[in-house]
Amino acid sequence: MHVSPYYIEHTLEDTSVPNIVTSILADYRGYDTMFETVVIFTAGIACIFLLRIFRRIEPETRMYRHIPTGITLRIEKGGKFPSGSKEFEHIDSVWVPHSLIIKTTGRLIVPFIQIFALYVIAHGHHSPGGGFQGGVILGASMILFAVTFNLRSAIQRMSERVTVILCSLGIFIYAGTGTLCMLFNSNYLDYSALSGILGVDPVTARSHGILIVEVGVGIAVMAVMVSLYYNLASAGRHDEGL
Amino acid sequence: MDEVLAFLVSKVNYWAFIALMMVGLYAMIAKKNCVKKIIGMNIMQTAIILFFISSGAKENATLPIIIHGNGHDHAAAAVEASQYINPLPHVLMLTAIVVAVATLGVALALVIKIYQQYQTLEEDEIMEKIQGM
Repeated sequence: MHVSPYYIEHTLEDTSVPNIVTSILADYRGYDTMFETVVIFTAGIACIFLLRIFRRIEPETRMYRHIPTGITLRIEKGGKFPSGSKEFEHIDSVWVPHSLIIKTTGRLIVPFIQIFALYVIAHGHHSPGGGFQGGVILGASMILFAVTFNLRSAIQRMSERVTVILCSLGIFIYAGTGTLCMLFNSNYLDYSALSGILGVDPVTARSHGILIVEVGVGIAVMAVMVSLYYNLASAGRHDEGL
Repeated sequence: MDEVLAFLVSKVNYWAFIALMMVGLYAMIAKKNCVKKIIGMNIMQTAIILFFISSGAKENATLPIIIHGNGHDHAAAAVEASQYINPLPHVLMLTAIVVAVATLGVALALVIKIYQQYQTLEEDEIMEKIQGM
């Protein structure tokens, strides 16, 4: 009558995943999670459609900051400025002061947050974690970078195009895994069909299939979080941001 | 009377969540400011999440990760359902949290557009501006 006792008692023999939440999320109720990922993808796309301004109005004056000294240069309209210089950064007319402490701390913390996020994604089978949580932590690390530096530097590292492609790629990995199972004469999202190409027994194949799907969810969630932040923080203009 | 009281006290966590949800609903309906409405929506979602998680609890049960279940050891497969709390509400709420973030993002995007259009987020001022056009 109730499904949850079945899930608790048969998770290990069905999928060999000790974390019951993960096995239900990505295997027993895989459809739910797949369309959940589509929901956040839709939210990210809706945010881009609502806010993004592609028409760029050339401002009267442009400001450049010399990073080592913190001196700000003002370039009048029509003035030329070498764009490729690493010493100068383009800033807005309402700019925030340069702070070495905040930037250095951010630069030091971000890689550790990203490693922790990868651990959370990959270790979702055995401990609390998974694609959604790890993806949000990865996205938070990019947002932290954008907050400590500015939005322009973050967009240089991970452009808008990349975020949109990664959102779609995440869902493609999920849906593609399901379709691959269909190609091996099995039901959609029945990962035990992948045992042939993964070279393991069907039960372990379900565990590996969950991992593949979680990686897809993690990529999609990370890209959507970053894309939402880019658009909300700059109201779609993609300039200096907060 | 005592039975009713005992019933009410035994479900005290549900009453707390109902109160929290009413706080959220009140903010969504009665507040004039759009951002406060969004905060109310988030409080309501939190109440629902807490309700589901709380409904999955069992006495003398641990969190839904099978102890010493390393995957290949099928001797450990004899698991009692009463040893572990119900994992299903956790799964549903895990996805609900992500949807909450997505709805928050879209709501904030709409609020930014409304502010760009009317230079205010107060509902009555927006109505005045719409009627004055």
